[in-house]
Amino acid sequence: MDDLERQFEETVARHDRIEPRDWMPEGYRRTLVRQIAQHAHSEVIGMQPEGAWITRAPSLRRKQVLLAKVQDEAGHGLYLYSAAETLGVTRDELEARLMSGAQKYSSIFNYPTPSYADVGTIGWLVDGAAICNQVPLCRTSYGPYGRAMVRICKEESFHQRQGFELLMTMMRGTDEQRAMVQESVDRFWKPALMMFGPPDAESPNTARSMAWGIKRHTNDELRARFVEMTAPQAEALGVTLPGNDVDWDELKRVVSGDGPCNAERLAHRQQAHDDGAWVREAASR
Amino acid sequence: MSPTSNVDHGPYDGLDATDPAHWAFGTGFADPLDGIDPHVPDGVDRVALAALCLRLGDEALLLSHRLSEWCSRAPDLETDVALANVALDLLGQARLLLARAAVVEPGVVPELPAGSPVPAEDALAFFRDPPAWTGSRTAALANGDFGHTVVRLFLASTVRLVVLQRLTGHPDPVLAAVAAKGVKELTYHRDWSGRWVVTLARGTRESRRRTTAALGQLAPAWAELLDRDPAVRDDVEAVLDQLLDASDLERPDEGGELPDDLPDLLAEMQSVARAHPQGRW
Repeated sequence: MDDLERQFEETVARHDRIEPRDWMPEGYRRTLVRQIAQHAHSEVIGMQPEGAWITRAPSLRRKQVLLAKVQDEAGHGLYLYSAAETLGVTRDELEARLMSGAQKYSSIFNYPTPSYADVGTIGWLVDGAAICNQVPLCRTSYGPYGRAMVRICKEESFHQRQGFELLMTMMRGTDEQRAMVQESVDRFWKPALMMFGPPDAESPNTARSMAWGIKRHTNDELRARFVEMTAPQAEALGVTLPGNDVDWDELKRVVSGDGPCNAERLAHRQQAHDDGAWVREAASR
Repeated sequence: MSPTSNVDHGPYDGLDATDPAHWAFGTGFADPLDGIDPHVPDGVDRVALAALCLRLGDEALLLSHRLSEWCSRAPDLETDVALANVALDLLGQARLLLARAAVVEPGVVPELPAGSPVPAEDALAFFRDPPAWTGSRTAALANGDFGHTVVRLFLASTVRLVVLQRLTGHPDPVLAAVAAKGVKELTYHRDWSGRWVVTLARGTRESRRRTTAALGQLAPAWAELLDRDPAVRDDVEAVLDQLLDASDLERPDEGGELPDDLPDLLAEMQSVARAHPQGRW
């Protein structure tokens, strides 16, 4: 082990930050680029399932809240792409890897959103799960990523409460609305549990990422935290959570591209990218 | 910097409380005019004031709706954020203006079944049929490409900015305050869209072709906006001339007619609200 490597290991061991100008092992850099890019792509692809309801939001207040939320996701995508760029890749390269399928995004956004209640459920469960995953990342060893996560987590927390508030309001509405909420929770609960990744026994990268201080908890630890946090909230809402038995083959299928909306999400992204090419070209003159 | 600083009041805080109200902490904001004195000064014609608020509110809501359709479809993330900003500003104006119209003259609000939980601003937005709307065809016009969007936004915000500037002295203090807020917002919208028109007009051959085409397609929009507010013609013509000059573009012929895209817009916007007339959102 040479001096640079020793310095790196010591910095990580005392839970201090690695900064862009510091020496880092190539594997650390690669892992971070993959993880930060995947996170950025998730924010950008994640604009679609809820964004589809902006034009149909049933009150002006909800329209405002939803548009502002989806706008925040675009902002999160921007911070995260910027954090990834400090590792020597460009946003264009990362977007190309997203569209070629070489890089992934969160499996949850490959599920459809056929009901307005899904806007609330995504806020409550999906943003709730995201927070459990992301709060420990505020202390991640790579400085630009950790600092981006501090701000992102605060905004995600607000989105989570807004989602809960929408569902709470709907539960005080008509029988039909209460049924919409339960139906939506039934569809999203297990996909939300899958957001933490495969069980620890099947997660090959976890040990390395924890040793490097990129990850702070295992998938199963975070999943348990989420279930524990959500149960009393479900009770307060008056909804029943389906069981916690997840079909891990389904996660594999969705991650490998065979989920209900994978093709649609990437096609939407590709279309926006292609339609905007002439604008970006004109702006770069 | 210590990696643990700045995360002390963590986002878990809102999630781990035991009080259900805490899980929605900070999200409950109600009437857009909450806390504002609803009194209408003596001598102000309530019917005319309500009609004016409605007209300005409708225009803002329709254009906001079209801009919001860009969400997740813009040429890049920065532009996606900017378009959403403009849409949110206009939506904020619309909420204030529709709510004010309903306070000033409750007769403008469509009647809903007894016990309906729908607030007045939403009754106006979601339960009014197309003939009752008073926005322009320009605002409701279906989106074209990004060039079409920035040209339309430039034309609409140039006119609206001057209209709002003149309303900052209106005898109704609520409308005057909404106008003063709007002037700041519209100054940015006009600047942002104007800079894009110049950038596209002077960019590539393709971007110039598209911008010229958008300007031609929107010539009747310019005519419509000036017909609706003839008093501002001189002021806004001067601004358009400046933009055309900076972009090295010719003023298009004003002929042609705009399609009426309002019914399609409303069919989509009102669909969920109308499917649940007793719903709470």
